[in-house]
Amino acid sequence: MEIFSNLADGFAVALTAQHLLLALLGCFLGTLMGALPGLGPANGVAILIPIAFTLGLGPVASLILLTSVYYGAMYGGRISSILLNIPGDEPAMMTCLDGHPMALHGKAGEALAISGIASFIGSFFATWGLVLIAPQLVKVALLFGPAEYFALFTMAFATLGGVTASNQAKSAFAAALGLGIAMIGSDSQTGSERFTFGHIHLYDGIDFLIAIVGLFAISEVLIFIEHHQGGAAAKSSAKIGKLIPDFCIFKRSIGTLVRSTIIGFLSGVLPGAGASLGSFLSYSVEKNTLDRENKTFGKGDPRGVIAPECGNNAAAGGALVPMLSLGVPGSGTTAVLLAVLLQLNITPGPLLFRNNPDIVWGLIAALFIANFMLLALNLPMVGLFTRVLLIPTRILMPVVAMISFVGIYGLTGSTFDVMLMVGFGFGGWLLRKLGVPLVPVILGILLGNEMEVNLRRALQISDGDWSIMVGSPLAIGIWAIAIAGFVLPIFFGKKVKNQMHADHSEVEMEEVIEGGD
Amino acid sequence: MSDRIFGFFGLALSAFYFWATSIIPDSFMIDVVGPRAFPYIVGTVLAICALYILLRPDAEPDWPNLMNFIEIVFATAVMFLYAWTLSKVGFVIATVFATSYLTWRLGSKPLGSLITGIATSAGIYVVFHLILGLSLAKGPLGF
Repeated sequence: MEIFSNLADGFAVALTAQHLLLALLGCFLGTLMGALPGLGPANGVAILIPIAFTLGLGPVASLILLTSVYYGAMYGGRISSILLNIPGDEPAMMTCLDGHPMALHGKAGEALAISGIASFIGSFFATWGLVLIAPQLVKVALLFGPAEYFALFTMAFATLGGVTASNQAKSAFAAALGLGIAMIGSDSQTGSERFTFGHIHLYDGIDFLIAIVGLFAISEVLIFIEHHQGGAAAKSSAKIGKLIPDFCIFKRSIGTLVRSTIIGFLSGVLPGAGASLGSFLSYSVEKNTLDRENKTFGKGDPRGVIAPECGNNAAAGGALVPMLSLGVPGSGTTAVLLAVLLQLNITPGPLLFRNNPDIVWGLIAALFIANFMLLALNLPMVGLFTRVLLIPTRILMPVVAMISFVGIYGLTGSTFDVMLMVGFGFGGWLLRKLGVPLVPVILGILLGNEMEVNLRRALQISDGDWSIMVGSPLAIGIWAIAIAGFVLPIFFGKKVKNQMHADHSEVEMEEVIEGGD
Repeated sequence: MSDRIFGFFGLALSAFYFWATSIIPDSFMIDVVGPRAFPYIVGTVLAICALYILLRPDAEPDWPNLMNFIEIVFATAVMFLYAWTLSKVGFVIATVFATSYLTWRLGSKPLGSLITGIATSAGIYVVFHLILGLSLAKGPLGF
């Protein structure tokens, strides 16, 4: 029952006027960013990190603000999926399949309400999962030595692309690039200058926030400029219809809710899966169990909205488990959340739970609070968020760029860093065009130094004997998972990815046919 | 073809990385591994991946046409210029120009872009500087 007393302490931390206000602000901003195509959860959190710091918010306050944005964006992604058939972020792709047909049948309000409640249920139980599982994982993490940690970091890189990775060579290249950038600056162990070439700005290394905001936000602006996508996402204010769902639907789909929450949560916890896969798996499982003859799914079945939304929000909660207890993020957005912790000088992992229980449990309590706030925000106020889709991107994207500039300049006060950020933006655009994923780059910059430190510590212990890297069953096990996670997608990745996209384009095809009638 | 060029640049980058690693000076503090071992590993991974990309390229990516590519380069240049002039002319003036340019290139009419630029600049100044107290770049005019 230690957990409950911890949780009670957490609520005591979270329930202050300032924290509640920040949670509300974060939920609101997060839903906005999730709803707008082109501004996913990772982007949203990345832009706000420097701002939160320059405002001088304390660790708990910044964490509450930014994780509320994270949860909020997961809710918001569904809005444009349902109304416009454009996923607001990647995990919301599966919601298009049944959500948009529902909107076409004049049941947009119902779809939004059902998906809002499904999101709530998914993330509510996933947060409980986090409460119960994270402390257990911390106990396992205490067995880890430096060699195991090095293997664990390698595993994080190897499995990052997940089963949908299309080209593992490019993922590994991206990871090495990030690690290489992390090496810039003075060496933490011996103080040698590395890769600075006498340039004073580089002595401290490259701040990972500069890289994150540049790679995510600025490259996104460039993508929009390239395609001249200046118009608004929605052409006119969409008709939503009645907002109160038929609650019998939930009674009938308890099975769907339970299955989707469990599948989503597990894909969040497991390395290399993440929210996109969570929603995909939940949807496919429901489709295969409930609708074998392909009659209702894909044509506006409410259960086809419940499953992916419940799944992706459960995965969002699940993804926090490895991030908080091991310090190893499994997805782009949790990598950005790791950046938040590192910026606050908090090292996630077992020590965090022991030394700063107020931060961990305050954060978890804030997640519960944010969840209720999001439910309240998303049901009656969904009309407001749909109106956001009317803002043309030609106004929105420059504002996003300027806020990124303000954040980085406010944080470092150096124009060199702002220029570096623009450089990262252009580089990010180039890499995206070449099909090189950006998340491994960011993870490399974030984890590079920690990874090297663990390698050197391990070799220090063994006095230079490299066999210590595979010196314990635990380490061998982690290496095995890492290798499997890297090699398997080479054989199965294309198949799964094609399946995901085939499902998505099937709906688009049908729409064309319907439009022709 | 793009991937072959990319792979070639990747190889060049890893060669450069190896060279830069080899000139890392030793310091008076010494540990078993030294400051060069991990960068060598990273450089090796970089080289192997670049070689693979060079030999087994993906399908050609969807490159923008020349006009759109120039568009991207200009937008990047404007943002560079923005960063460079930020401390010289101050936040408000620099932001008006940068925002107007980006808004214009995304399809607003010239007058509309200028208004968006002024509104964005003033809005950010009021919200982030006057209300939230963030320090923005000061120009000769004091804002």
